[in-house]
Parts: sequence; C-alpha cells; structure tokens
Amino acid sequence: MKVLYFAWLRTKIGVAQEQVEPPADVTDVGGLVEWLKTRGPTYAEALANTAVVKVAVNQEHVPFDHPVSAGDEVALFPPVTGG
Amino acid sequence: MSVRVQREDFDVGAELAALTAGKTAIGGVTSFLGLVRDMAGGEAVSAMTLEHYPGMTERQLEAIEAEARRRWPLDEVLIVHRYGRLEPGDRIVLVATASAHREAAFESCHFLIDWLKTRAPFWKLEATPEGERWVDAKGSDDDAAARWET
Repeated sequence: MKVLYFAWLRTKIGVAQEQVEPPADVTDVGGLVEWLKTRGPTYAEALANTAVVKVAVNQEHVPFDHPVSAGDEVALFPPVTGG
Repeated sequence: MSVRVQREDFDVGAELAALTAGKTAIGGVTSFLGLVRDMAGGEAVSAMTLEHYPGMTERQLEAIEAEARRRWPLDEVLIVHRYGRLEPGDRIVLVATASAHREAAFESCHFLIDWLKTRAPFWKLEATPEGERWVDAKGSDDDAAARWET
C-alpha cells in the first residue's frame, strides 16, 4: 500500500510518501491511521488529532470508515486551503 | 482542456478570449480571479507556497466541473489553478463559466470557487515575519460550500 502525506503532515512525519505493509487486521482508514501512529513518535505526534486529518483513497475523498487494501493509494492531509 | 494546474502565471484576457472564440451561442461569461493578499490574520505575508496532490487535483477539479455542468446549462468552463511560490498580488486561480444567459454563468462560477476551496487538494504555506506557517482551513469556506449541497 502506498501512503502519501501532504502539508504539515508531510513535514511532521518527514516523508512525502512511502510503501507500507500493515497487518491483516487493518481493514479501513481508521485502522490504518492507528497502525501508522505506532510506527514512531513523529507519526504519533502528527496523527494525534484525527479531527484535523483528512483522507483520500485512490484520489477520492473518503471518511475514516472507508475500506483500504494492499493495492490502494492512501493520502493523509490537513483540510484543504486552495483557491 | 478546461482544467489546468500549473506553476506559470496566466493572462486573464487571453484565457477569456480563447474560452469564447468562435462560440457565438455564448451570451455571457462570469469569471473569478483569486490573488495572493499581503495580510492574513493581521500579519504581513511576504510569500505563499502552494502545495498540491498531482493527479488527485486534476481529478477533483474535473469532478467539480462535471457537477457544475450537471447543474447549469454551460457552454464552457475554465479552471486554472497555480502551485509553487507566489507573492502578494500574484494570481492564484481563475474560474470562468460561459453560458447563453447570465444567471447560469454567475451561479456556476460562484459554485465552482466555493466547492474548489473545500475539495481540491491544495495547501497554502505562508511566509510571515514570524516564520512559515501552514494556513488553517476556514469554517466560513465550509459554510460557503454547504449552501450548494443538494
């Protein structure tokens, strides 16, 4: 699974994108975020407040209960501020 | 192509002329031009860097355009959004809609910029005297987008 980070999530975590293999019990976005938090203090800090973390799976906005699977492209980012 | 995400500046007059060239069924064009301000939250802003999610950005802008075309009878739609480093006064975004009648052009242009602000994956990093800071999303932008929910 490919995970991308944008804006302050990218700078706090320190990588723009990475390939991850979460355990089999990670089946949705919420589970993935909880698992990512266990990968290190930078992840735990960046993802501490999930109220300000938005998610896209395969480039579509989705809620935290959206399923994720091995081939997905998952992006985590703060609320958008374009325009 | 009516959606473009680019680093370069654009010429508003040339864009609008190209949008309507040879299309004599068009009776009116509404455009919105977004610019970089020199102040934000009471602080001076010396520059702004726009980050985006290549691929998803184009996809979301195309989806927003498709929704506008579903709701209003539009002859043409144009969305140009810049990324990279910009300075106060620089153009950020141009949205233009063309229709036989002004109502559809006005309403759809307003809809497009409101929805773009809450759905297109762009993030602004401002440079201020206090250092760089990521711009927080505004609740008022969510409220503006919500009025178009059906």
